[in-house]
Amino acid sequence: MRLTQGTFSFLPDFTDEDIRLQAQYAIDKGWAVSVEWTDDPHPRNTYWEMWGHPMFDNPDAAAVVYEVNECRKEHGGKYIRVIAFDASPGWESIRMSFIVNRPKEEPGFRLVRQEGEGRTVRYTIQSYSADRPEGARYA
Amino acid sequence: MNDMSPQTVTDGKKRYAAGVMKYAQMGYWEPDYTPKDTDVIALFRITPQDGVDEIEAAAAVAGESSTATWTVVWTDRLTNCDKYRAKAYRVDPVPNAPGEFFAYIAYDLDLFEPGSIANLTASIIGNVFGFKPLKALRLEDMRLPTAYVKTFQGPATGIVVERERLNCYGRPLLGATVKPKLGLSGRNYGRVVYEALKGGLDFTKDDENINSQPFMHWRDRFLYCMEAVNRASAATGEVKGTYLNVTAGTMEEMYARAEFAKSLGSCIVMIDLVIGYTAIQSMAKWARDNDMILHLHRAGHSTYTRQRSHGVSFRVIAKWMRLAGVDHLHAGTVVGKLEGDPATTKGYYDIFREEHNPMALENGIFFDQDWASLNKMMPVASGGIHAGQMHQLLTYLGEDVVLQFGGGTIGHPHGIAAGATANRVALEAMVYARNAGRDIWNEGEDILRDAAKTCTPLKQALDTWKDVTFDYASTDAPDFAPTPEVSA
Repeated sequence: MRLTQGTFSFLPDFTDEDIRLQAQYAIDKGWAVSVEWTDDPHPRNTYWEMWGHPMFDNPDAAAVVYEVNECRKEHGGKYIRVIAFDASPGWESIRMSFIVNRPKEEPGFRLVRQEGEGRTVRYTIQSYSADRPEGARYA
Repeated sequence: MNDMSPQTVTDGKKRYAAGVMKYAQMGYWEPDYTPKDTDVIALFRITPQDGVDEIEAAAAVAGESSTATWTVVWTDRLTNCDKYRAKAYRVDPVPNAPGEFFAYIAYDLDLFEPGSIANLTASIIGNVFGFKPLKALRLEDMRLPTAYVKTFQGPATGIVVERERLNCYGRPLLGATVKPKLGLSGRNYGRVVYEALKGGLDFTKDDENINSQPFMHWRDRFLYCMEAVNRASAATGEVKGTYLNVTAGTMEEMYARAEFAKSLGSCIVMIDLVIGYTAIQSMAKWARDNDMILHLHRAGHSTYTRQRSHGVSFRVIAKWMRLAGVDHLHAGTVVGKLEGDPATTKGYYDIFREEHNPMALENGIFFDQDWASLNKMMPVASGGIHAGQMHQLLTYLGEDVVLQFGGGTIGHPHGIAAGATANRVALEAMVYARNAGRDIWNEGEDILRDAAKTCTPLKQALDTWKDVTFDYASTDAPDFAPTPEVSA
C-alpha cells in the first residue's frame, strides 16, 4: 500500500527541488519548517520523532533540504515528513505536512473488528510494521 | 394621525394620548442617534408600499421588531421605554434600485437573551416581515457586538482543531455526497462510501433528505458506513469520515442517533438547517461535549435567502450559524450549479473563516464585525463542481474549504474510486503549483493536463466534463461596486 497522509501523497515522490520549492513557500509565509520521522505511520500517531527543533528563523529552504538528507542518512528506511508551523493568532498549528521519504515496502494496516452486541463492531487499525519492536520495524 | 412631522413627540401627555400615532413620532426614528458599541445593529432593505414614506417605514420596522404595537399603550410608561425602543437612525436609497432603501436600526443589548438565536431572531425577523405598509423587507446584514458574541459557544470544533483531528493540512478537504440521494440500501450505500474514501476523498456525506426511510433505516446506514470508513482508513493510513445525518423528528431521536454514531467511532455527524435554530444550538453543544465535528446542510435556505428584495441574506444566516456553533456549512461554489456570484460568496467565506470582518460593501458586508475568538467555520462547496475547475475553485475559495464533488466523483466513467483519485490528484497538483509560484488562474488547464499524464483517472475526468459550466446571471449580487459610494 501507499500511505497517503500529507498534502502531496497522490503526486509522484518528491525530489529535493520539490521539497525546496514547497518549504520555501512555507518559509515565505512566515511559518517555521521542521523535519520529523517515524516507523509507526498509524493515522492517529500524532507525534512523530522530531529531527531537531522547528527552524524558526531560517530564511532559506536549502537548509530544510539539507536536514531532510541528514535525517535520511539515519532513518532512510522510515517515513520522514516536512511540517510547517504557523504561530499566528487564531491558528497556532500546522499549515502544511508532506511526506518526503518512505520505506521501500509499505506493509500498511490491519483492520481488527471486535464484534459487539447487536450488529455493532468496534474497529481498531494496527500498523503491521508496529508488530515489530520500535527501531526494528523497517530495514 | 395627528401630526405629519417625523419628529419624536416628547410631551408626555401628547405622546401617550390614546390612539394611533406615526412610528417615527413615537421615538423609533432618531437620525441623531450614534449606536453604542454594545448595540446590535440590523440593516434592512425596505420596499415601502406606494405612498409610504421611507423614514416612517424604517421607524415602523424598528417599532415592530422591538417594543411597538399598532396603537399607543400607556403601559410603555411603566418601562424605561427609551432604552427598549429600537432606533432607526439612518435611511439611504439603494443604488440603482428605485423604491428600495437601506434602513439601519440599532437595538439595545438588553433586548436579547444571552446565547439564544431563537430569541434574537424572534425579535429581528419575528413579526415584521408580514407588515402591511411594506411591499417587501430583507435583512441584509447585522453587527453583533462583542458582548453578545461572547454569550455563544461558537463552532464546536473549528477549522484548526478539525484539521488536527483529521491530520490533514495544507489543502482543501475533499468530499462527495452519496448518490443517488434516495433509494440505496444500507449495504449499497456503504459501497459508495468505501470506494470514494479509498480512492482519495477525506469525507463522504449523507444528503439532506437521507434520514430513516423504508429503503434504508438509519442504523443500517450508520453500521455499513462505519465499516466503509474504517476499511478505507486502513487501506490508506488516513483519517476518514462520513457525515452521518442525524436529522430526525424529535430532539430525543437526534440525540439517540448521534450517540450511536459516536459509539461506532464516527468523527462527524450532520444536521439540516430545517431542524431549527434551537435544535442546532443543542446539537452544537452535544458536539462540543462529545468531540464531534458538526456538519450543517443549509437545507431550505433558498426559500428566504435567494431573492434580493425579501427575506434574509445568507450572510446573516452564516453569522447566526457561527454563533450557534456548527463546524461545517455550505456556502456556495461560485462556479457550480447553485446560486452565488464571486463577490457575494467571498463575503460569506470571510464571515466563516476570519477573526475580524472589516466593512466591505463590494462583498455585501456592511459592518465591521469582530468574532471575539469564536472558532472558525469550515465552508463547504458543493453542487455541480468537477476536477476540471480545480484552479478556479482554489483561487476563489482558498484552502480552508471542503470541496464536494458528488456527481464529479460517482459519475466518473471508470468508477467511484477512480473519480475520487482524479479529484485528489487534481487538487494536490494545483496546490503544488500555487505554492511553487505558478499563475494557476491562467495556467490551470495546463497544470491539470500535465498532472493527468501520470494519472489516467484524471485524464478521463477532464475528458468527460471538460465543457461543463453553469453560466447564469446571479439573482443576488452586491449593490455596491468595488469603490463604495456610501460608507456606513
